[in-house]
Order: sequence, then structure tokens, then C-alpha cells
Amino acid sequence: MKNYSAFDVIGPRMIGPSSSHTAGAARLGKVARRICGEEVKKVIFTLHGSFAKTYRGHGTDKALVAGILGMEPEDKHLRKSMEIAKKKGLDYQFVEEDLGDVHPNTVKISMIDKKGNQSEIVGSSIGGGNIKIIKINGLDVEFTGEYSTLIVRQIDVPGVIAKVTKIVSQVEINIAFMRVFRQNKGKDAFMIIETDDPIPKGIIEKIRSIGEEIIHVYIVDVL
Amino acid sequence: MSKNFISGVDLLEKCRIYRKKIWEIMLEREIENTGKSKAEIFNDMKKNLIVMKAAVKDGLYEDIKSVSGLVGGDAKRLRKRYEKERTVSGKRMNKAVASAMAVLEVNASMGQIVAAPTAGSSGIIPGALITVGEDFNFNDDDLVKALFTAAAIGYIITRNATVSGAEGGCQAETGAAAAMAASAIVELLGGSPEQALHAASMTIKNILGLVCDPIAGLVESPCVKRNAIGTANAFISADMALAGIKSIIPFDEVVEAMYKVGRSLPCELRETAQGGLAKTPTGIKIEEEIFNKKQ
Repeated sequence: MKNYSAFDVIGPRMIGPSSSHTAGAARLGKVARRICGEEVKKVIFTLHGSFAKTYRGHGTDKALVAGILGMEPEDKHLRKSMEIAKKKGLDYQFVEEDLGDVHPNTVKISMIDKKGNQSEIVGSSIGGGNIKIIKINGLDVEFTGEYSTLIVRQIDVPGVIAKVTKIVSQVEINIAFMRVFRQNKGKDAFMIIETDDPIPKGIIEKIRSIGEEIIHVYIVDVL
Repeated sequence: MSKNFISGVDLLEKCRIYRKKIWEIMLEREIENTGKSKAEIFNDMKKNLIVMKAAVKDGLYEDIKSVSGLVGGDAKRLRKRYEKERTVSGKRMNKAVASAMAVLEVNASMGQIVAAPTAGSSGIIPGALITVGEDFNFNDDDLVKALFTAAAIGYIITRNATVSGAEGGCQAETGAAAAMAASAIVELLGGSPEQALHAASMTIKNILGLVCDPIAGLVESPCVKRNAIGTANAFISADMALAGIKSIIPFDEVVEAMYKVGRSLPCELRETAQGGLAKTPTGIKIEEEIFNKKQ
């Protein structure tokens, strides 16, 4: 059972009107921005279930755009996010679609960065502002952003996991949870490492230097 | 011994053993669980209070309109009345109620609030506490302590039942918030931990059976007014407890009953906008207007 903090009960500080439809949506946008890595130029939000039905009234659309712009769920400018996006030249679009057997508050965020690279995440807002990422670039994953999270996309070959965890141990951060996801043997895989301590940005270069089997490294700070 | 607690009985025992108030136990539990300093935790809660105060002020004095256009301006309306007229339930009650509505209107207009325990019930605790704070000359530190009392009650309800309207109906949100506010007021006004829990129990007992039926699925109506009623409920329960009135059913059992009642409600009445006020002819009409208008 989760050990609730006083701030889970009185908090979070957020922009209304709904923790799952607004604060959670902003957080999903924030994680998507991280996974994109570069500045997002174009984004398509595919909204599912309750997100698709009520996003306008709840400002879910504004919150998602705000997240892509890097705003926090408590940012007072959140409700003006679309105007800010237009000024910054961010092209956004909303599509309503059934994404299948997923949580009612789920969104697929498809992005193109300024260099033309594409990336995509699928995530759900699971209540009280909490979120769960269930897909990155087509691959099934699972993490919540409750912990500092290191995401490594790699080719599924022997030894990679050991090399990455060694680097993590060298910077003296404690791994709380770790999972490996892959679709097929020898193909694309993800390592999701959730830690008790903030992850230093410098670790990205160290992990990349392992070799060609490392495709991408992302850090998602505690949300 | 650890300051952690898992029920009302447990909390009262910790208060008795350590001769401390509920807010102190809650704050020390937080220190124990996070390893953060007392000052750091206290200041973080103070930030919540500052956001709450700003939302009350904005809602009482600014022109607020929700995203759908369904709510906004009622808090201001009520303020004008209690400032000028002799009101039936008195100035303090109206001020608290208007303040609670103010926060919910700010919430519905995508303004900044503190979920307490949720966004849909975020008006009750600030409405009740800030009004009592002003009228009884308590300072911000006193109110921050009261927020920790409220957090303790909310934590027990979250842990052993639910504060989600989708799970337990509206009483899970506004009822929990009102219970949290009531116990915080009791402790703020010098009541014992036992009295604080009695106040929380009485508050929850008053709202068992209330459904969660937001019109068009939006956190606006009837939420704003239920936050008002929740605040009044908290005040009355606090006064009863401070008068020495006891809840016949103990707090933990009330929380369990609330959870069971909530879970046994059909899902149409649990925030799905498929029943209650949401499915009245007017409710349906409003839903159609809001969602068609903006297509």
C-alpha cells in the first residue's frame, strides 16, 4: 500500500478544474516533451475515453499543450498555453479515437521535433494527478514519474544491462525499481530505472559511450 | 516508536502517548517518512496556504467564469449580501461558504488551487479555515498547523476508504474535505484530539448517501454548491464537538461505512455524469449545449 504523505492529501498545488483531467494531463505532456528530447515542433494528441469526451470542458487540451511547453501543473499560464504555443510556433492537433483496452483517461502523444525526428508516447492519467506511461515509441513500458526515472532504449544484446547499472552505481544513486521491456529477442528494448535520488544529467553521455547498442537515453525528473 | 498511524484509534493513541496534538503527530510522521527537516515540511505546507488564500481572494473579488461558462460569480454575489445585509446564517457562515465557492469557481476557471483532498473539493478547507483564521485572529503558522490536522484526517480516509468521487461518490470528496476542515477547526480552537475526531465523524455521517453527479461531467455543478454545504457542515460539526457532543459511531467505523456506501452506489452515481442531476432534462440540455457549442 502506498504510504500517503500529508502533501498527497493537502496538495498538489495545481491549475483546476480536475486533478486527473488537468494536472495529470499536464504531467503527461511534460513526460512526452522529455521523451522527444529536442524542442517539439508538431504534436498530435489522440484522446481516448473520458479524455476524448470531456477534454474541452476540463481544459485537458490546454493542459496537454502546457506540458509539451514544459509548464508545471501549477503554472498560472497553463490556461493560456495555446496562445503561447502559437507564439512559439508549436503546431498542435487533437484527434478523438478509441485506443482499445486502456484506462479511460488515456492519450497518445505523437511528436515531431525541430530536426524532423518522430517520437510517440501513450500514457494514462490514473487519478489525483498521478500518471502512468504505458508505451514509448510503440514499445510497451510502465512507469509513473513518482521517482526520478532513467529510460534507456537499447538493442537487446547480452551485457548491456550490467554496463548501464554499473554506471548508475558509479554515480552513487540508489535504484528503487528496475524493469526491462522488449518486443523481440535481439531487437529494440527499454530499460526503465527508477531511483531514490535525482539522476545527474552527465550520466546520459556515459551511457551513450557504452556503444552502438544504446539508441537513446532519457531522464524524467520526479513529476 | 514510530509516529506512523493507520486509523483514528491509532492516531488518538499516539496523541495520548506523546501528549501531542494531531497536527504535531502528522508533521512528525512526515519528517520520519521523508527525512526532510521540520522547517522544510512546514514551509511547503505554508505554500499551500498561500495558494489557498489567493484563490479565496480571487474568487470573492474578481470576475470569474468557468471554462464551460456554467459557473462563476456566485461567491461574489454571496459576499455582497453578507457585507450589506443581515443574513439568516450569519456573516461568518456566509463568508466561509462564499470563500469555499470562490475557490471552486477559480478551479473551474482553470485558476490555481490546492487539491484538498481533490480539486473538486478544494474549496471547503480554505473556505472554513481561512474564515475562522480571520475571525479568531489566528496567524498563518496556526493555519498551517491546522492544515496538518486536516491532512491527518484525510490521510486516514484515503488509506482506509477513498477520497475519489468516481470510487465513493461525492461524499468521498466533499465529505472528506468537510471532515478534515471540521477536525482542523476543533483543534485550532483548542479542542482535544478526541473532539477533533468526533467532529470528523459527525461531518461524514451528515453526507452519507450523497451522489457524485456532475452536470456534463464537469467539476462545476453541483460541486460549487456542495463545497458551500460542506463548509457549513464542517462548522456545525465543529461547534457540536466543541460543545462536548460525541459521535455515537466511532470515526474509523464511520469511514468504513462511508467507503461501503460509496462502493455500493451504482456507477451511474459516481462521477460518470450518467445519473442524478447530470441526467435531469436540464442537465442533459446543458451537456448538449456545452459540447456541441464548442465542436
